[in-house]
Amino acid sequence: MIKSHRALYVSLLVGCALSTGVNAAPDVAGMVKTSAGSVVIERAGKRIPAFVGTEVLVADKLRTGENGAVGVTLADNTLLSAGPSSTLVIDKFMYDSTNQTGGMSINVRKGTLAVATGKIAKKTPESIDFHTPTSVLGVRGTEFVVEVDGGSDD
Amino acid sequence: MTRHLPIAAILSVLLAGCASERVVLLPSADGHPGAVVVRDDWDERLIRTPYTGTIRRLGANMPAETSAEDVNARFGAALAAQPKRPTTYLLYFEPGGDQLTDASRSDFERMRKEIAERPAAEGLVIGHTDRVGSAEGNDALSKRRAEAIREQLLASGVDGKRIEAIGRGERDPLVPTADEIDEPKNRRVEIILR
Repeated sequence: MIKSHRALYVSLLVGCALSTGVNAAPDVAGMVKTSAGSVVIERAGKRIPAFVGTEVLVADKLRTGENGAVGVTLADNTLLSAGPSSTLVIDKFMYDSTNQTGGMSINVRKGTLAVATGKIAKKTPESIDFHTPTSVLGVRGTEFVVEVDGGSDD
Repeated sequence: MTRHLPIAAILSVLLAGCASERVVLLPSADGHPGAVVVRDDWDERLIRTPYTGTIRRLGANMPAETSAEDVNARFGAALAAQPKRPTTYLLYFEPGGDQLTDASRSDFERMRKEIAERPAAEGLVIGHTDRVGSAEGNDALSKRRAEAIREQLLASGVDGKRIEAIGRGERDPLVPTADEIDEPKNRRVEIILR
């Protein structure tokens, strides 16, 4: 009895945290700020060229070609940039700019990624994770690089 | 068919063994010490020294030491593609209203120039007040100050879709004061360009 109440309470808390984290445009995560060579965004089965100024949405898959590189600034000032032959997925992103709260989950399928974390990492570092094919990375307000060599093309 | 399945499973394990992964902590631009935790199903490693990290071999994450040269050789293209770092401007107001002080008018011009030069510039305009007046009144005033700056940016040709204005009232003073204190440093708008 006590246990089930606690579970309900926890799920309510999680529900509240999610709803306050959503801002007016919940699916916009950031914007392409640098783009070189071949860079595409795969979104709902379509391939969109990723020019400077293209919005990046939650669930977008960014792919760079053999000569490609791309830089994205997320709404909380996190900087993500990928080198050639890289695949990156924005699995989750939410940010409330008024309260500076939110969370993100970024997936590096292959290639190279450089990260400089932003406001969310300063306030709630536990709500950020980066995934490689085999590992999960947690951060504490920081800059780092990740390489996945021989990762999958999906 | 079923006879081939174990072979497929073994192959995928072997292929996963070939794939390597590397995580390297870099020095922070702002000088604050950072850290990364790398976890897999069996293990957890904390990286807290710049230019050290983990490398994945034979399905396990092992500690690794590296150097700025090695990071540049492997990650040069990704680092070169890193977007310009966000910058912050502070503009100050005359008491009670949304008029900028004279000094802040020239800062506004500098900011406008940076927006024009920054690739795909976006701005977050955050209004603040001092503690003179009610908290609710200051919420409204801070929002009005942020909107005033946004309107001025739009009037100077900046794309409105890329500028967001919010108010934080008297919650985030730059200089903490008692209530009803007239503090010029707290009557401000903070603009974060990214």
